[in-house]
Amino acid sequence: MGQVSSAAPVEITRPDAEEETFAVPEPDVPWITLVHNDPVNLMSYVTYVFQSYFGYSKEKATKLMMDVHHKGRAVVSTGSREEMERDVQAMHGYGLWATLQQDRK
Amino acid sequence: MPGQFEAIPGGGAAVALDEVEISIIRSLAVQLLELIGPGDEPVGDDGDPFAELFAEGPSEPPADPVLKRLLPDAYGGPGSRPGDEDELRAYSAEFRRFTENDLRARKRDDALAVIRSLDALTVAGEGGAVLKLSPEESRRWLGALNDLRLAIGARLDVTDEEDTDLLYRLPDSDPRKPMVMAYLWLGGLQETLVETLMT
Repeated sequence: MGQVSSAAPVEITRPDAEEETFAVPEPDVPWITLVHNDPVNLMSYVTYVFQSYFGYSKEKATKLMMDVHHKGRAVVSTGSREEMERDVQAMHGYGLWATLQQDRK
Repeated sequence: MPGQFEAIPGGGAAVALDEVEISIIRSLAVQLLELIGPGDEPVGDDGDPFAELFAEGPSEPPADPVLKRLLPDAYGGPGSRPGDEDELRAYSAEFRRFTENDLRARKRDDALAVIRSLDALTVAGEGGAVLKLSPEESRRWLGALNDLRLAIGARLDVTDEEDTDLLYRLPDSDPRKPMVMAYLWLGGLQETLVETLMT
């Protein structure tokens, strides 16, 4: 898997393949939104945020919250870098400590 | 019940607050507003509305620990690969430039909503008043209560679960005691307000 080092896809000048400039980013290099554990945020509030922002079921939201609490962090969403930046921004709006990164397995 | 939000049938939440409680929440919300910074001021002196729209935020994280917690970096943090620090710092700076102003605005609006609803209360003597919030106001209060707890938590240096346990056992003589009492009380308010929104 190649390294992606900037927001824009790396464009190699190839005049005969210009249509590829607008190709969909590789689906096998997704980005993830991580929510980190924080002793201040209430467990009920974190669950509420996962339900109301992501629309997750109570069960899924509760499981993610427990993962954050016990494992220190949990992946709460997966997608393109732009989508994950939107999710991180929303999490910060709610006061949750979130970061995004590329999902390096 | 005092200190606890209850759901209002048909939507919204209500809590009974006495005069002291009202003034504590109001004063904390005002302090939060002052910390977050000024409102939307015209960027250019020509009053160009687009200047404000495209105004960029700062790229450096705030030095104040409370602001740093309220406006965290979007890249890096625990679990990120070591060796990428410079790259992550650059990404965080870029993200901050385009999002921090909006984030500050949201937090300011939430704190302002709290102040406005408290100022609209008519306090009847020692009995205090019953604060009634619409569902929309409840969401703003929830955000503001969380920001206030994050702010106080950062000031009290609450960084892990053990710190929270220690706070419960502080002796009365500790100078942090009043702040801790406020922190725990706001936690109760937030907890019961979340419950009204999840039913």
